[in-house]
Amino acid sequence: MKTETYTLNLGPQHPSTHGVFRIILELDGETVVKATPVPGYLHRGIEKLAEARTYTQVIPYTDRMDYMAAMLMNWGYVAAVEKLMDIEVPERAEYVRVIVGELSRIASHMIATGAYGGDIGALTAFTYTFRDREYVLDLLEMVSGSRMTFSYFRIGGVAADLPEEFFPAVRKFLGELPAMCDEYDGLITGNEIFQARTKQVGIITPEMGINYSLSGPTLRGSGVNYDLRKVRPYGIYDRFDFDVPLGQNGDCFDRFRIRIDEMRQCKRIIEQALDQIPEGPIMAKVPKVIKPPVGDAYAEVESSKGVYGCYVVSDGSPKPYRVHFRRPSYINLGYLGKLCEGWKIADVIAILGSIDIVLGEVDC
Amino acid sequence: MADYNIPAELMEALKGKFSGIEIMENGDVIVPAADLMAFMTEIKENPDTAMDFLTNLTASDYKDRLETVYNLVSITHGYTLTVKVKLEDKENPQVPSLCPLWDGASWQERETYDLMGIVFTGYPGHPTRILLDDNFKGHPLRKDYQWEGGREA
Amino acid sequence: MGENIFVGIATWLRGLLSGAGVPDMWNDTILLVVKLVAILLFILVNALWLVYMERRVCAFMQSRLGPIHVGPKGLFQTAADIGKLLGKEIILPKGADLLVFLLMPVVIFIPPLLIFGVLPFGKNMVAIDMNIGVFYLLAIASLSTIIFWAAGWASNNKYSLVGGMRSVAQMVSYELPLILALLGVIMITGTLNLNTIVDSQKSIWFVFTQPIAFLVYLIAGMAETNRTPFCLVEGESEIIAGPYTEYSGMGFAMFFLAEYANVMIISAMCTVMFLGGWLAPFGLDFIPSWLWFFLKMYLMIFVFMWVRWTYPRIRVDQLMGFGWKVLVPLALANIFVTGVGMYIFRAIGWWS
Repeated sequence: MKTETYTLNLGPQHPSTHGVFRIILELDGETVVKATPVPGYLHRGIEKLAEARTYTQVIPYTDRMDYMAAMLMNWGYVAAVEKLMDIEVPERAEYVRVIVGELSRIASHMIATGAYGGDIGALTAFTYTFRDREYVLDLLEMVSGSRMTFSYFRIGGVAADLPEEFFPAVRKFLGELPAMCDEYDGLITGNEIFQARTKQVGIITPEMGINYSLSGPTLRGSGVNYDLRKVRPYGIYDRFDFDVPLGQNGDCFDRFRIRIDEMRQCKRIIEQALDQIPEGPIMAKVPKVIKPPVGDAYAEVESSKGVYGCYVVSDGSPKPYRVHFRRPSYINLGYLGKLCEGWKIADVIAILGSIDIVLGEVDC
Repeated sequence: MADYNIPAELMEALKGKFSGIEIMENGDVIVPAADLMAFMTEIKENPDTAMDFLTNLTASDYKDRLETVYNLVSITHGYTLTVKVKLEDKENPQVPSLCPLWDGASWQERETYDLMGIVFTGYPGHPTRILLDDNFKGHPLRKDYQWEGGREA
Repeated sequence: MGENIFVGIATWLRGLLSGAGVPDMWNDTILLVVKLVAILLFILVNALWLVYMERRVCAFMQSRLGPIHVGPKGLFQTAADIGKLLGKEIILPKGADLLVFLLMPVVIFIPPLLIFGVLPFGKNMVAIDMNIGVFYLLAIASLSTIIFWAAGWASNNKYSLVGGMRSVAQMVSYELPLILALLGVIMITGTLNLNTIVDSQKSIWFVFTQPIAFLVYLIAGMAETNRTPFCLVEGESEIIAGPYTEYSGMGFAMFFLAEYANVMIISAMCTVMFLGGWLAPFGLDFIPSWLWFFLKMYLMIFVFMWVRWTYPRIRVDQLMGFGWKVLVPLALANIFVTGVGMYIFRAIGWWS
């Protein structure tokens, strides 16, 4: 029988592309012959905009990249500028950064977990994780006054000290977090249909993962132990005792499961940070007008999606000469086209969801 | 802070192999465009360095030159390395594509081409725009890019 | 007293008409039309209610409130939604087969209506008592697949087409276990008449004597009605409502309501075939038989909703595999065991 392939345009408006992302699928029946991802529908030119702002004014723009873990986006940028200016961040500020950063990571992983359930078809999972994410947002609101785009980090420290009521609240939340994770495990991870849909689907081998510069849970799902917090601890991460969850098969299920495990590890980190946090200033001595010396610096942090890097070039003026963000979501997507080949339409959604992208970050 | 640079003796050996490279004070390496492919192959394939992970690829537009920046990591050894290529020809900047070595370079090179206008040669399908529309004129991250209606033109 | 309320109305109407000198033949016809109109109203009102119920049940399972603002406890939410949809423009996609495209939302209600005509809602409460009820029912129930497929084809949209094709594939795979599951019951009762089937469950419901058939029927029924975990035809996160993608306004609302009508049918069938229909359990016959029927039907509908808001969706190849490799052999085994059981029981004289 003579058959022909046909083209299906998945997106840019599609409920499962997590924003305005487009995949052009060439299909043979339901099977994908070729997948061409097309990003760029949310491109706002943040890198160009940053060149016309002062160093501090760039921080709110970084919030708008991965708005699910905005604290971590702040962190990468200020880390690069601090590296450029050789600023020593005070102890307390480092601890505050770790606490809010890990809380942000938990919030981001909750969305990833719930939204993945929704992608697979279990919409109920979505509401459970979003319900719990509210607690994290409440905590971060206490700290920064904002619920999503925090702009809480400053070059040389953080904007404000942790309020008094934050400490009991965060401890209460951390006490409940394992039960929440167990609930997600029971509702989603343990489900037979969910496992049938995700196990052995979209396998990334460790070699391919490294070759395609993947990072974060997407790479660790393949068993590559590459978590910056462990391999090149930035800030004060070398003081904490935590594990890096790794997958074995590199399939969608492993990538998904790792995020829930990481939430449990975040709890450990935050608890240790809360125990150790010293008194002291939260801002280093930084000049009013930030004018880094001529030169460039590249700093990386481990965001919830992977390695988030920031490259800053200074020409000695109060505005950055060039800013480049290495966005993990964007680079993780580079492998999507190859990964989808040979799978069904439904698997494309499963694979895309397991990479956990945020379009604000992909298109920057 | 711990030091993740490649040990000095390995750098010396590299310097011996590629006379054109220049090692900066902070450990960054400046490689001539002609040597880039050979240099990258060497540090990737040599088990002593084993720079197997291309983290970041970007470019910067200076007054007298364009500069591509490569951030490499060795997952095996934990080394990091920044490689820079200076492109004096601002009208027609060309640099060899790293796609044959790292597939992860593909999207980053396309982004750099799209926004900065650096042509990565030697890989089929390059260069194509990725973030901007295919019919877009110009490369917005260039300093001489003129845009209309900018608040601080 | 409630027991005979509907039968009483019918008798009263008949008496009224013959008192007015209407000939018997016309009398029967008028009565039949009245019954069918009553059933149509029943289906529509129930579908409206079920949409509301689904949203409340879903909200309950998702730890939220659901519709609460329109009317008392949000009861009029669906009516308001339908009103809104009625006022919407019907968008006709370019290149669509307009006749089929516009016809399908209209005819989508025909199969449910035809089926409800033969369902026994209570003692002596069946619009048309048909002696091949089960056969008729199964034949009509598969018709809605053609409507889904035609709607998907006519929309001139690839998502719709994929959805329509999935609908056909799903029907082919799951109609078979559905019928085979019912065969067990039919073998025991030896009849295709729904009333007789209900009557023969007086001593024990078939859900206890035919548990495997019940499970197979339940699963295949979920697939037949395109509900999660078998909602591939709609597949919101993959093919965006499938055949309904291009429908707007009332066209979409009709499909939406028809889904609930289909859920009602599968649940009602389940009640009749396995849960003793309108028979009162534990001798609780002070509750009218028709009320029992509805209670059981709603229990089944709740189970459907429960499953829908718990499970993810399976993939199309897994769907086929499960249908052919698990359900069909299971249903066949059930028939075999039932046959052997009947033979043995007859041989030792426990059952005649």
